[in-house]
Amino acid sequence: MSETRGAAVRFEKVQKSYDGENLVVKDLNLDIAPGEFLTMLGPSGSGKTTCLMMLAGFEPATHGEIYLNDRPINNVPPYKRGIGMVFQNYALFPHMTVAENLAFPLQIRKMSKSDQEAKVKRALEMVELGAFGNRRPAQLSGGQQQRVAVARALVFDPELVLMDEPLGALDKQLREQMQYEIKHIHENLGVSVVYVTHDQTEALTMSDRVAVFEDGRIQQLSAPDVLYESPQNSFVAQFIGENNKLSGKVTKLKGNVCEVELDDGTMLKADAVNVEGVGSRTTISLRPERVEMYPDKKLENQIEGTIREVLYLGDHLRVVMSVAGNPEFIVKVRNRGERWQLAEGQKQKIGWAASDCKALDPVA
Amino acid sequence: MKIKNMLMSTAAAMVALGATAVTVQSADELPACDNCANSMTLVSWGGAYQNSQVKAYAEPYKALTGVDIVWEEASNEAVAKLRAMKEANNLTWDLVDVVASDAIRLCDEGLAREMDADTELAAAPDGTPASEDFGDLMVSDCFIPQIVYSTTFGYRTDVEAWNGKTPTNICDVFDTETFPGKRSLEKRPINNMEWALICDGVAKEDVYDVLSTPEGVDKALAKLDTIKDDVVWWSAGAETPQLLADGEVVIGSTYNGRLFSVIEEQKQPVAMLWDAQVFDLDGWIVPTGLPEDRLNRVLHFLKFATDTQRLADQAKYISYGPARKSSAPLVGKHADLGIEMAPHMPTDPANAKNTFLYNYEWWADNRDDLDAKFQAWLAK
Amino acid sequence: MSDPATAAVTATTPAREEVLTTHDGQPLKKSLARALRREKMRALMLVAPLLIFILITFIFPIGDMLFRSVENNIVGDTLPGTVRALQNWDSLSGEAPGETVFAAFADDMMVAQEEKTHTRLGSRLNYDQPGISSLFRKSGRRIAKMDNEAQVEAFKAANPLWGEAAGWQALRNSDAWPDALPATAISWANFSRFVESDKRGKVDPANEVPYSFTFAALDEDLKAMPPETLQSLASSSNADVAAMFGSLQGKVADIPPSTYKEQFLQVDMDWGLVENWATIKRLSPEFTDGYFLAAVDAERRADGVHMKPENERLYIMLFWRTILMSVMITVSCILLGYPIAYLLANLPVRTSNMLMILVLLPFWTSLLVRTSAWKVLLQQQGVINDVLVWIGLIDDTNRLVMINNMTGTIIAMTHILLPFMILPLFSVMKTISPSYVRAAKSMGATDWTTFWRIYFPNTVPGIGAGSILVFILAIGYYITPELVGGTSGVFISNRIAYHISSSLNWGLAAALGSILLILVLGLYWLYDRIVGIDNVKLG
Repeated sequence: MSETRGAAVRFEKVQKSYDGENLVVKDLNLDIAPGEFLTMLGPSGSGKTTCLMMLAGFEPATHGEIYLNDRPINNVPPYKRGIGMVFQNYALFPHMTVAENLAFPLQIRKMSKSDQEAKVKRALEMVELGAFGNRRPAQLSGGQQQRVAVARALVFDPELVLMDEPLGALDKQLREQMQYEIKHIHENLGVSVVYVTHDQTEALTMSDRVAVFEDGRIQQLSAPDVLYESPQNSFVAQFIGENNKLSGKVTKLKGNVCEVELDDGTMLKADAVNVEGVGSRTTISLRPERVEMYPDKKLENQIEGTIREVLYLGDHLRVVMSVAGNPEFIVKVRNRGERWQLAEGQKQKIGWAASDCKALDPVA
Repeated sequence: MKIKNMLMSTAAAMVALGATAVTVQSADELPACDNCANSMTLVSWGGAYQNSQVKAYAEPYKALTGVDIVWEEASNEAVAKLRAMKEANNLTWDLVDVVASDAIRLCDEGLAREMDADTELAAAPDGTPASEDFGDLMVSDCFIPQIVYSTTFGYRTDVEAWNGKTPTNICDVFDTETFPGKRSLEKRPINNMEWALICDGVAKEDVYDVLSTPEGVDKALAKLDTIKDDVVWWSAGAETPQLLADGEVVIGSTYNGRLFSVIEEQKQPVAMLWDAQVFDLDGWIVPTGLPEDRLNRVLHFLKFATDTQRLADQAKYISYGPARKSSAPLVGKHADLGIEMAPHMPTDPANAKNTFLYNYEWWADNRDDLDAKFQAWLAK
Repeated sequence: MSDPATAAVTATTPAREEVLTTHDGQPLKKSLARALRREKMRALMLVAPLLIFILITFIFPIGDMLFRSVENNIVGDTLPGTVRALQNWDSLSGEAPGETVFAAFADDMMVAQEEKTHTRLGSRLNYDQPGISSLFRKSGRRIAKMDNEAQVEAFKAANPLWGEAAGWQALRNSDAWPDALPATAISWANFSRFVESDKRGKVDPANEVPYSFTFAALDEDLKAMPPETLQSLASSSNADVAAMFGSLQGKVADIPPSTYKEQFLQVDMDWGLVENWATIKRLSPEFTDGYFLAAVDAERRADGVHMKPENERLYIMLFWRTILMSVMITVSCILLGYPIAYLLANLPVRTSNMLMILVLLPFWTSLLVRTSAWKVLLQQQGVINDVLVWIGLIDDTNRLVMINNMTGTIIAMTHILLPFMILPLFSVMKTISPSYVRAAKSMGATDWTTFWRIYFPNTVPGIGAGSILVFILAIGYYITPELVGGTSGVFISNRIAYHISSSLNWGLAAALGSILLILVLGLYWLYDRIVGIDNVKLG
């Protein structure tokens, strides 16, 4: 981040209900630092878009207060908030050219013609569409339209930009490229970005912090690596990345480490992240790539499973095993060029470090 | 003024004899019909008038012969439709009820069949041939008259602004000082131009001579100009009765039968101004080009439906005068209301003190021209 | 290889290589064209039923109707001899035509009254010359009694063969027929038509002596004939013909003239009026511009085209009024329909469906009922006036005039046509993403700026579609204006309807209709130029 000209946002005890019966956002408290790229991630219906709309001013908060640079904005109409916004379907005005689209917010701000032109030119160059100013949005490809939408949201130098699933309509390759570009623009401009998506890869690659939404609440708010490495509960563990689940009971708890007896009697050592105490049920969460196929004797957890299926994926092999009562236990084996004998139905010993598996809240 | 004389004598006979016993023709008197179609499509105006025809002609005929009679309400566009049928060579009508001016038009266009009245129509009960019995009312060779009706004025009897006065003269229509309020007139030059000239001091017998000159037309329109702002123009006969009943107009022209129903059937506070009523005729025409069996059926029906008794019967249902001299003495009471119909006939001497005769020939010649001028004047 | 044949083949080879061929050696282009033709044929077969249906039910009838605006066969067909005779008459001479024309006219009239076409012709001519219709009717009744015995007797006296069928047969078979006797030949054709019609084909006119009218034509031909022609006829190879004409040599001048002019003037003095004959002459060509001239308030007089007198001009004013009022109706439909359409497009589906039913409700009631309802509401003793008087907004004596004038027409028509504006607007508004509005607001636009700069421009295609629909429907409406328009609120279509159904002047109706069609197409073209027809969306 070269400079910080972003805005600070604070949600304070915000609640939202559309029908007066159900809360779609329950007691939201969130601080966004100036210049931060914060992603709201969650399945649809989790309340993330509602939060964005409340921030943009298109939906009023039922309760609580939202602050923009420490100023309460509940009663500020959207057009006075000065927040840039990028929409999933781009929302480029079809009756205007690309340049006119970009100039629109500048005209509203009564900027002089020459300043407008300069700014539009700069914005278009920023998204590498310098030659497209006179085109209509319909004459552009999806990716180009998205870039215009981003440029338009930034052209009037907002301190905060909201992006509502902006890459949802693009194909995979383009999406990855755009993620990269948006990330770079953010880094160059230093604006605050609140980004809504349901795509966890997107969230992980772009964000400074990710807020995982579920059921109207933030389940975990952390940097992407923390989120992946240290999920705070089973939902996050399940939602972010691939995950093997093993159910059991805590038999011993000592500091951050606990022992768990799985339902088939196997004993495991795990990091105690979210357990209530000895005797309580827990779900062990384990990333597939942390499992070793021919485990070193030093690894705390050693267990035997049955290979059910082996998929060759080039850079790695994906082995589906039946382990400790979980028939969908997945192991990712890095392709180092070794010729392992992995056959279906074969018994195979596997192992992992205690610190790689997290004992979390039990899943029903 | 032959038509008028004849109408007067009809009326006199009506008064003298009043209603006499109704004689019903029995089936054996109706001659058989050879090579005749079993159904007919008749075209008329709908409403009370068509109903009077159904009651007086169609139902008795059906009872006697069993022939199916289909009615269509299309007389107001009969001329155009008959022309279109002729061009499409698809004639679906067998007998059409039209006003005399349309009959002349249809006859001119070759769309109506010329009739031989004396052989094809029934003679009067006393043996007078049909042509004599109808007399001058047969204004066209193709036309078999049924009724005499008149276009005249009705006025509201409860207008406070009139201070108890009632209109007695046609020219009261043009007197907006004494009789303030809206008037309704028909949206065409016919009748209006004549009334305007009469009220502008032109003698009745000179009206058409004056109207034949451009100055005469201007004169008539200038007279109409004096009330133009107070006029609601109608194009359907039902409008004036409705306007009178609603109080939208205080005086208005329409067909006398329509006023009869407003006054006698609906009991509205409306009275008749018979002064300068304009007589007109309505009757049948037979389209040209009917196949033989259909033509035979129509002629068979016509002979029955236009005989003395049938025409007299029709007056029981509507206040229009029968077109045969010999029917007049047979006119009786209204079928439902039970009132004597004779005093409600336009031809009744009390009503016909001052009448005006519509000149078919003149209007046939000048209608298009005057209509253009009249419409141009209206649109100004 | 050095023989010439091989050399020739070698020489042509490169050329052949340029033409791409299919595997079986057919040129690719030809093969492709054939494949495409099959496709096209199939497509054509699919649309053929509709195409034929439209042709039969729409294009042909409309075309036929529009053709009537210029068609004018009736004069030439009914009065062939008169038209020919009138060629030598100058309508500017100030004098009625002479006996020649009257004789030909009598002949034509005889046939016409037999075929009952003279009154039709009279009605047709009456559009241009008031009064001529009764002239034709009256003369038709008297034509059979017209007399030409003096001439007939004179011919018979010269040679009895003139009074015998055999003589006429010989004449018709001779070289003289028809070139030397043009008027006679026309009259003979008339006579044949007459006999055909009179005797219904039971009598062969070839075995008859023509009626007395033909002798007037014969007289005319003979008097116009140079002596040498008569000389050559008299020396015809056919003995009868030679005798017939021989008997007339030197006696032509002695044949008494026919007296048809006198007889027609006895029927009605108006036959002596130049205008009547000028009208017949002017309308004798097969096509006429008269209907179109009348449709723009002009007329052709002997000295050219003039506008009609001020007090007879009607149609141009009505065209203007029709367009003006249709524009006003369209504008009020936009003003009223836009908010409703917006509401419909933005309300929850359930509510908007309910409202949509209300919008469509007018379609479910009869046009007449709706229009009559407006009468009840708008008339001076009507509901609205009553309410206004009751509230005290207006005085009882100053009730508003809202019907039987332009206001009435505009109110009633706006109501009737409103759905045609709302529906396209609604479907276009449905497609406008709410994110446009949000985007604009997020960029700082106020509600009004957002509407005017962003929302409204995107609804223009809907306004365009709705306007075209409403305008075109309005311009052709006539029932509603007739009922509530009084005199100042009627449209040109009311006059078209009048001429179609009442005056039977279909030619004028067709001309008015054609002009209306051209006007609409012109406005459409203008719209295309200004707004662009691609810019019209129905959803």
